Amino acid sequence: MTTRRGFLRSAAAFGATAAAMGLPQYAFADGETIKVGILHSLSGTMAISETTLKDVMLMLIEQQNAKGGLLGKKLEGVVVDPASNWPLFAEKARELISKDKCVATFGCWTSVSRKSVLPVYEELNSLLFYPVQYEGEESSKNVFYTGAAPNQQAIPAVDYLAAQGVKRWVLAGTDYVYPRTTNKILEAYLTDVLKVAKADIMINYTPFGHSDWQTIVSDVKKFGSAGKKTAVVSTINGDANVPFYKELGSQGVKATDIPVVAFSVGEEELAGIDKKPLVGHLAAWNYFMSVDNPTNAAFIKSWQTFIKNDKRVTNDPMEAHFIGFNMWVAAVTKAGTTDSDAVQDAIIGVTVPNLTGGYAAMLPNHHITKPVLIGEIQESGQFDIVWQTPGLVAGDEWSDYLPGSKDLISDWRKPLHCGNFNVKTAKCGGA
Amino acid sequence: MRATVFGLVMLVCLLAGLGPAFAGTAELVNALGQGDFKSREQAITALVVSGDATAVPVLDALEAGNLFLRKTDQHVFIGKADGDTLSLIDPATNQPAGTGQKFEFEKIKINNALRGIISNAKGGLTLFSADAATRRSAAATILKSGDAASLDALEKAIAAEKDAPTLALMIEAHAAALLNSQRPDAEKLSAIDALKKEGSRDSSALLVQLGSNAQEPIKSAALAAASSIENGLAAWSFAQNIWYGLSLGSVLLLAAIGLAITFGVMGIINMAHGELVMVGAYTAYVVQQTIAARFPGVQNEALLISIPGAFIVTGLLGMAIERCIIRFLYGRPLETLLATSGLSLILQQAIRSIFGPTNKEVSAPSWMSGAINITAGLSFTVNRITIMIFSVAIFAALMLLMKRSSLGLQMRSVTQNRPMARAMGIRAAWIDTLTFGLGSGIAGLAGVALTQIDNVSPNLGQNYIIDSFLVVVFGGVGNLWGTLAGALTLGIANKFLEPFAGAVLGKIIILVGVILFIQKKPRGLFALKGRWVET
Repeated sequence: MTTRRGFLRSAAAFGATAAAMGLPQYAFADGETIKVGILHSLSGTMAISETTLKDVMLMLIEQQNAKGGLLGKKLEGVVVDPASNWPLFAEKARELISKDKCVATFGCWTSVSRKSVLPVYEELNSLLFYPVQYEGEESSKNVFYTGAAPNQQAIPAVDYLAAQGVKRWVLAGTDYVYPRTTNKILEAYLTDVLKVAKADIMINYTPFGHSDWQTIVSDVKKFGSAGKKTAVVSTINGDANVPFYKELGSQGVKATDIPVVAFSVGEEELAGIDKKPLVGHLAAWNYFMSVDNPTNAAFIKSWQTFIKNDKRVTNDPMEAHFIGFNMWVAAVTKAGTTDSDAVQDAIIGVTVPNLTGGYAAMLPNHHITKPVLIGEIQESGQFDIVWQTPGLVAGDEWSDYLPGSKDLISDWRKPLHCGNFNVKTAKCGGA
Repeated sequence: MRATVFGLVMLVCLLAGLGPAFAGTAELVNALGQGDFKSREQAITALVVSGDATAVPVLDALEAGNLFLRKTDQHVFIGKADGDTLSLIDPATNQPAGTGQKFEFEKIKINNALRGIISNAKGGLTLFSADAATRRSAAATILKSGDAASLDALEKAIAAEKDAPTLALMIEAHAAALLNSQRPDAEKLSAIDALKKEGSRDSSALLVQLGSNAQEPIKSAALAAASSIENGLAAWSFAQNIWYGLSLGSVLLLAAIGLAITFGVMGIINMAHGELVMVGAYTAYVVQQTIAARFPGVQNEALLISIPGAFIVTGLLGMAIERCIIRFLYGRPLETLLATSGLSLILQQAIRSIFGPTNKEVSAPSWMSGAINITAGLSFTVNRITIMIFSVAIFAALMLLMKRSSLGLQMRSVTQNRPMARAMGIRAAWIDTLTFGLGSGIAGLAGVALTQIDNVSPNLGQNYIIDSFLVVVFGGVGNLWGTLAGALTLGIANKFLEPFAGAVLGKIIILVGVILFIQKKPRGLFALKGRWVET
C-alpha cells in the first residue's frame, strides 16, 4: 500500500511539475502516461556534454505528445541526475525502471556509465538507448547503440588522415575503457592494415579533468618533428579538452603542422574555448550542425525555439537521440505495446530519417546505419565538412582488427538471438 | 606541384612589379568557387601564377572563410557578414560591390591541405612586401617548407634587405630552400652548417627529411647535423622540464596559499577552499562580460581589472562564511570539515544554478598569448610566465603583510597566544574574520589566474582542493615558506615523472611519496617549532 501511495504521490508531483513547467495540457482520456527515463549527468565533469541531451529528449517528448502521444497515451519524461558518478548511474537506472516504471530509458555518455547500468537493464529486462560514440566490444539485448561504433568514426578518421599523408600517429586519450579499447583497435589497424611501424605510434593517457598539458604537448611537438607528417588522434573526453586545445594554441601547434582529430569534441564542447588557434583541427562524427538540408534546418529551429536561446548548438549525440527516439516510437506503434521483448523484435529493420538528409536503419546487432563526416573547426565554433562517406556505414561492434573479436557477430533476431556468436566455433557467448 | 607554383610565382615577382590586372583574373577568382578541393587547389595555383597583386587579398579572404560564391550567377565575392546580410567586395577591383542576403551565397570552403598551400603561396607573394613583419613571416614560411623554387626570389630579397632580424631569417630560409634545390653539393654543405647553427626543431625535421632522400655526401652531413641539433635540444629539455615544473608549482602555490592562511595560520580545515577559487574565476568572467557590454574599449584589460574585484568578492564571501559558520565550530575540526564540505556543495550548485553547468569562456588578453623562445630548445609560454610572476607577487605581498604590517602582527599574535592578544586589546574575533577573509580573497586571486589555463566550470575547485591540502601539509602547516617550497617541489617532481610514468601514474607516485614523507616528518618540510604549536 505504501508503494501505491508513494507511486501516486510521485505521479501527482510529476503532473504538478509538468503543469508548472508549462507543458501543454493534452486532451487524453485517462490519466495513464507512458514514462520514458532520461539518464544524463546534469552536474559533475560530464555535465558540459550531457545536459543538452536531457533537454533534447524533453523536446522530442513534447513534440511527440503534440502529435497525439504514443498508443493514445501521453508520454512523460522522467529526469534524474546521476551527477557524473558512475555507480550512481546504476542506482538511478534501477530507480527509473523499478520505482518510476519507465518502459525505456535514453541515457548515458561515458562508456563506464553504460557498463555500470548494463547489468541493471539486463536483469530488469528494460530498454536503454545509448546515443554516444563508443568503443564497441559489446552487444546487449537490452541496449540500442545509436552512437557510432569504431568502424563508423575512428577507422574512417584514420583512413582520412592516412590519405592526407600522415605517417606518424599520436593516440592521446583519457584513462578509461573507451579510449583504451579504441586505441587498442586503432593500434592494431595501424600496424596490421596500414603497416605503420611501432616506433611511429605514440600512445598517451591522462586522467579526467587533466589541466596541465605542457609536457605532453611538448612531447607531441618533438614526436612530430622527425620529418614525417604527424597527426594526433584524440579520445580525450570531458573538459580536459579545453586546456589541451589552449596549450596547443599557446605552444603554436597549428592544424597545418600537426592536425588533431577528436572523437569526443563537438559543437557543445567548443562553446567554452577560444576557437581562433584551433581553426583547421578536425572532428569525426556522423552529424554536424552545419549540415545543410531542410530536415536539419527545421530541427535546429525547433530546438532553439524550445530552449528559448538562438545561440544553442546541436550536435551528434542529439541527432542520435532524435533517431533513437523516433525508432522507439515506430517500434512501439508497430508492436502495439511497450513491452520490452515485443519492442526488441519490432524495432529491427525500422528505418527513420536522420538529420543529414538520409535514413537510419536499426540493424539486427542493435546498431544503426550512419554516414561518417569529417569536419574542420571554424572560428565560429561550427564545423566545415571536408569529407564524408559516399553512403551509409553499418555499425559493427565486434572489431575486425582485434583477435578476440574478429570472429564474433551479433544478431538479436530469432533463432540466433545472440550478442557474441562466434562464427568459427558456431557457439554463442564465445567472446 | 608546389615547386612549379613557386617557380612561376617567383618569376613574376622578379619582374618586381604589379602587372596590369590581367583580363582573366575575374574568371580565375570565379573558378575558386567551382568543383571540389582538388580543383580548388588548381584554381589557387592558377590565380597565384597570374601574378595579379589582387591575388593576396583574395587568398587572405579564402583562408579566413570570407570568400563567397553567389549562387545565381556563380560569381565569387569577398564578403563581410553583418547579421543576415553580406557586404560584398569585388575581388578583381577591390571595390565595394553592394550587399546580399546570406542565403543567396555559399561559403567557399577549404581544408587543411589547402590551408597549407595558401599560406605557402602567400609566403612567396609577400616576400617583397613593404612591411617588415610580413617579410619576416614570409621568410619563416619558406624556412619551414624549404621550397626550392623561392631561391632566386630570396637571393634578390636578401640583397635588398636592410632590417637585421629579417635578414637573418631570410638567410636561414635561403639555406633551407637551397637544400631542396639542384645547386652544387658544396653550397648544400654550407647550407647544412647554417641550419645546424640555427638549431631549431623545424630545421632538424628538414635535415632528417633531406637525409633520407639524398645521396652521399649530403646524406651523412644532413643526418649528422640533425642528430647534433637533437642533442642540443635534449640538453635544453632538462631546463625546459624544470621550467614546466616551476610553472606547475606556481599554479599549486597560488591555489594553496589561501589555504596556508586558513589552515596553516588558523587551523581551520576548509573543504570549501576550492569553491572560493572557483568563485574568483566566475568573478573574472562576470567582470569580463560587464566590460564587454558597457566599456568595450578596455576589454583587453578586463583580466587585470577583475583582480581587485575577485579579491573583494571572495574576501567578503570568506568573511561571511567565517561569521556564519566557522566561528561556531572553533576547536572542533571534524565538524568544521563536515560543515565546509556541505558548504562546498552549496557553492557549487549555487554557481551551477546561476550560470549553468557548461564551461564559461574567459578570453585571454592579447599580450598573454604566444610564447617566448629563449633558444631553440627552451620556450616559455607567456600565460605561464604571467601566472608565475603573479603568484610570486602575491606571495611577496602576503609575506610583507604578515611580517611588516600591524594587521599581520595582530594575526600572528592571535594565533600564537589568543588570551594574551585579547588582553592587549586586540579584537580577536574580528581578526579571525579578517584572516579567513584574507585567505579566501587570495583563493579568489588564484581563481582569476586559473581562468587562463583551466576551465571555468562549477567543478573548477574540485581539481585543486586535494593538491592544495597536499602542498600545505607537505610544506609544513603554519609556514608560508614551507608552502612555497612544497609547491615548487611537488610541481618539479610531477613534471619529471610525467614523461616516464605518464600523467596518471606520476600523480600516484607523488601521492605515495608524500605519504611516506609524512610518516618520517609528520609536520612537513618546514615544521614550526615551539610549545604553542603543541596546543
